[in-house]
Amino acid sequence: MMAWRAAHGGRVDRSRPIEFSFDGRSYRGLAGDTLASALLANGVHLLGRSFKYHRPRGLLSAGSEEPNALVTVARDAARSAPNLRATQVEIYDGLRAHSQNRWPSLAWDLGSVSNWLAPLFPAGFYYKTFMWPRFAWHRWYEPRIRAAAGLGRAPVGADPDGYAQRFAHCDVLVIGAGAAGLAAAAAAARSGARVILCDEQAEMGGGLLDEPAAKIDGVNSAAWLKATIGQLGLQANVTLLPRTTAFGYFPHNMLGLCERLSDHLDAPPPDLPRERLWQVRAREVVLASGAIERPLVFPGNDRPGVMLASAARSYLNRYGVRVGSRAVVLAGSDAAYAAALDLQVGGVAVSAIADVRPEPSAPALAAARTAGIRVIQGATVLATAGRLRIRNVTLGTVRPGGTIGRGEILACDALLMSGGFTPSIHLHSQSRGKLLWREAERFFVPGATAERERSAGAARGLDGLGAALEDGTQAGLAAAAACGFRGSATPPLVATNELSSRGAPGALPQPGHAAPAKAFVDWQNDVTSRDLELAMREGFSSIEHIKRYTTTGMATDQGKTSGLNALGIVAHGSARAVPEVGLTTFRMPYTPVSFGVLAGYDRGQQFDPVRRTPMHDWASARGAVFEDVGMWKRARYFPQGAEDMHAAVARECRSVRGACGLFDASTLGKIEVVGPGATEFMNRMYVNNWTSLAPGRARYGVLLRDDGFIYDDGVVARLADDRYHVTTTTGGAARVLQLMEDYRQSEWPELKVWLTSTTEQWAVIAVQGPRARDVIAPLVAGVDLSAGALAHMSVARGTICGAPLLLFRVSFSGELGFEINVPADNGTAVWEAVYAAGQSHGITPYGTEAMHVLRAEKGFIIVGQDTDGTVTPDDVGLAWAIGKAKPDFLGKRSLARPAMRAPGRKQLVGLLSVDRSRLLEEGAQVVANAGQTPPMQIIGHVTSAYASPTLGHPIALAMVADGRARVGQTLFVPMPGGDIAVEVTSPVFYDREGAHLNG
Amino acid sequence: MADATAWLHPLPGATRLSFCGDEAAQDAAAAALGLPSSAMPCRAVSVGGRASLWLGPEERLLLAPLNERAQLLASLEAGLAGHAHSLVDISQRQLAFELRGPNASLLLNAQCPLDLALEAFPVDMCTRTVYAKSEIVLWRTAADRFHVEVWRSFSDYVLTLLHAVARELSARP
Repeated sequence: MMAWRAAHGGRVDRSRPIEFSFDGRSYRGLAGDTLASALLANGVHLLGRSFKYHRPRGLLSAGSEEPNALVTVARDAARSAPNLRATQVEIYDGLRAHSQNRWPSLAWDLGSVSNWLAPLFPAGFYYKTFMWPRFAWHRWYEPRIRAAAGLGRAPVGADPDGYAQRFAHCDVLVIGAGAAGLAAAAAAARSGARVILCDEQAEMGGGLLDEPAAKIDGVNSAAWLKATIGQLGLQANVTLLPRTTAFGYFPHNMLGLCERLSDHLDAPPPDLPRERLWQVRAREVVLASGAIERPLVFPGNDRPGVMLASAARSYLNRYGVRVGSRAVVLAGSDAAYAAALDLQVGGVAVSAIADVRPEPSAPALAAARTAGIRVIQGATVLATAGRLRIRNVTLGTVRPGGTIGRGEILACDALLMSGGFTPSIHLHSQSRGKLLWREAERFFVPGATAERERSAGAARGLDGLGAALEDGTQAGLAAAAACGFRGSATPPLVATNELSSRGAPGALPQPGHAAPAKAFVDWQNDVTSRDLELAMREGFSSIEHIKRYTTTGMATDQGKTSGLNALGIVAHGSARAVPEVGLTTFRMPYTPVSFGVLAGYDRGQQFDPVRRTPMHDWASARGAVFEDVGMWKRARYFPQGAEDMHAAVARECRSVRGACGLFDASTLGKIEVVGPGATEFMNRMYVNNWTSLAPGRARYGVLLRDDGFIYDDGVVARLADDRYHVTTTTGGAARVLQLMEDYRQSEWPELKVWLTSTTEQWAVIAVQGPRARDVIAPLVAGVDLSAGALAHMSVARGTICGAPLLLFRVSFSGELGFEINVPADNGTAVWEAVYAAGQSHGITPYGTEAMHVLRAEKGFIIVGQDTDGTVTPDDVGLAWAIGKAKPDFLGKRSLARPAMRAPGRKQLVGLLSVDRSRLLEEGAQVVANAGQTPPMQIIGHVTSAYASPTLGHPIALAMVADGRARVGQTLFVPMPGGDIAVEVTSPVFYDREGAHLNG
Repeated sequence: MADATAWLHPLPGATRLSFCGDEAAQDAAAAALGLPSSAMPCRAVSVGGRASLWLGPEERLLLAPLNERAQLLASLEAGLAGHAHSLVDISQRQLAFELRGPNASLLLNAQCPLDLALEAFPVDMCTRTVYAKSEIVLWRTAADRFHVEVWRSFSDYVLTLLHAVARELSARP
């Protein structure tokens, strides 16, 4: 039941019917149909409602430039893609499509009341209408506008489809597989270049698919296409990408392509991605993107049934579908005659060709006369009628002298218009190529290029099939030659009497001075010629301003059909030449691109690498709760039984203080700094003096940026005269190495020193607590563990359980501590051995949370928690670390600035609630006096706060202005429940003398 | 892999040394290893099981069988006496696998931006590059074979991704 399907013709497969639905109604189409052609075959012209006025809309075009027929295609709740152009949706069995912007139904859309209210909704209505009263914007206007506006609805569920990505390189990337693109690809490929040819349509051929009568090299176009594409497909140096839109042109000839892999399949295999993003680096690009037919601007030009003439021709010749039974053809170019002739042959009665030009071309007139089609010359359109489909058109006649007379009313169910063709210069413009205005043809063509690209065929304003093939061949040869591939090729020969596609009438003349209502320029954004004139009247003259004020050329359409008509109206209205008015920027993407394909593989578990330490599985098996630190998973605590975090952490802390704890410190960054210049390098990078550090000893190092603020910290051990083992924070490892490499390579190339990351070479097992030495002693060989031989901040080499051992005597807990470094493969075995050996000593694995509490009890800072990028060493009490006698180090000069020594800087202190019971909130503000009301005078903030199991009450670290001078004072932390009185103390709460550390 | 157009298999543990030094030191190291001296950027030289991969003007990744570690370190230290250099054992910092088959470069190009055509990335070419968000060292050992080095904690991420890409390549509409 496809009443409008022609008896024969078209490239659809008549043996393969396909069932699909639109707005819940079932229809039948054919394999090879788009949703648009299949609906037309069923006589369905009403496909959507317009964005602003909710006017009934049908199909304007047959291609990706379609501004009206935006539909939602849903396989299920999660697989729902809005804003697909019906002209690009390939139908499959069971496809379910829905119209947008209507409620409750497409035919009875209550939103279309805004059509009657049109005078209230002129251009810029957002800015004008909703200014008063002020509060109403947020409460009333904005929510309602947002509900009414918008194109389609985003799917609710997570996207279950897969999306692929690929990087590719080629010599010549050809975009567009019409006549010019195919000729270019063939010529470049024959020269030996690596060629990628992409085209947005399911089938390659471009406009040639609409020209079955054309003869190329003595055969009809279908046979030529088959042979040419077949030949390209056989060549190893050619990649053919149909269903692939080149959507973005990025610097250095990097282009973004979106390949649609499974949207056209009724049952896609589960592993087949929905789309693939190609990031192509091309040495040369040929833009064979063709041209888009321009609509004409006249009152009522948006009714369903009003369509571009080339689209009607495409539906007939490519899909075998008649767009109506009785057509009137509005000719602004000879291309309309070609459509009229084809349609008449295809069984559509053509009432008349109304030519809007005063003097139609002789060949066109002759062709119409031969076909017996009536031609009305010097016509204009005054009105159209019909609610959901055009019923008739009221013509006018333009008299000599320019006055308009009323003409006849012609009944029709299709009004086909041709306003000439606009070269598709989007990608050239995206690449920052210049544009040239051609006054005679009234369009822009590509001018000077910024990238290594060239346009070919209709994309650079050439007219006709022969010119396209010739130009494409030359472009392909030139592009290949620019890559060093010499070749020759003869352009395919064309024998046909083509009608020209030239012409550019734009807005049709109307009686009176004011622009007519509902003469649409931009279908997608509901912008009329009256809106443009209003904008000009209100003082807008730059096209960039007019675009923003009226929204012409915005949204998914990006002005494909509207751009030049808008420009023409503004130029005419302001009596300027088009280049003076200017041209808005063509933005990427050429057509909308799914978020999924841009995200690609970066989703779920694979969003970022998840880094795990060698001992991760052991911790996981013991029920550890993990936290993310950078990309690492770190064990946060090891709950036992029904313990919550608080209880587990308290137990772990008590074990470390009372016996022995076991901690995985593998994630700490490690950098080996080696070479005769190593000490000098370290002296310049870190604030500390490294010359005085003997091999076998370690020191707490502080690294500043050149602005003098703390960047990172960590223990640095001197392993030999020319070798340092530098540790960094877990999150800082990569950036510290980068900073070091930057200075090494760029600032101090004279130093003989090299840097190697060894973070992952070593598994690091921290054993901390008064029993630590007893625990590891039986396992370690070759190291004297006694306090005299291996003092706090020492390092030694030996073996443990037979594995090579780099043993640090260091402590971040404040207790006697060792850090066992073994090659990563040995990590788990050594860990298990230490755990076993520690059983009799009460060894307890602990996580990062207990580690944080323990270090806070000792007043040890964490860079990035207690510091925030504005903190100097002195601010946190680390001035002692600075090598005072050094001539220079990174940040030294900045530390000498007066502001860095001025009073009032925030300093690290401890805070205890006066009643010793209140756990402060990290980030809470500190004030000097109680009972303040906002705005309060803030003098500091809490950086760390924990319940301290060792002290039996909560503790906090804070940065407070002149904090060290306030020790002993009472300050206040204002909270929603009232001020908390706090006592300022030293930041060291536990073992101020370091007796435990040095034990 | 499903359609047998690429195979991935892990390589056994190896001795890996990061070696840095000027040209003279590089020559001395090559002599100590029994490898031909080569300063050609982004190229690997290999003899038997030993290889030296050019990663920077002064930086090489030295690869050798696991059991040659001690011998290698000894002969390098002897041969490099008097040359300023840095030699750091990174045997366990990373692990390696081999990707082999006609689709190997396609698998890599899913998330590696380099041109892996044989003319652009010939046999013996090597470089530090990325696979998605992970750093890798890529070394083409034959027309259809790549040696890939990846830091151990990034290996899950890289291998999971490679398997996903392989599944997707073997899916046919």
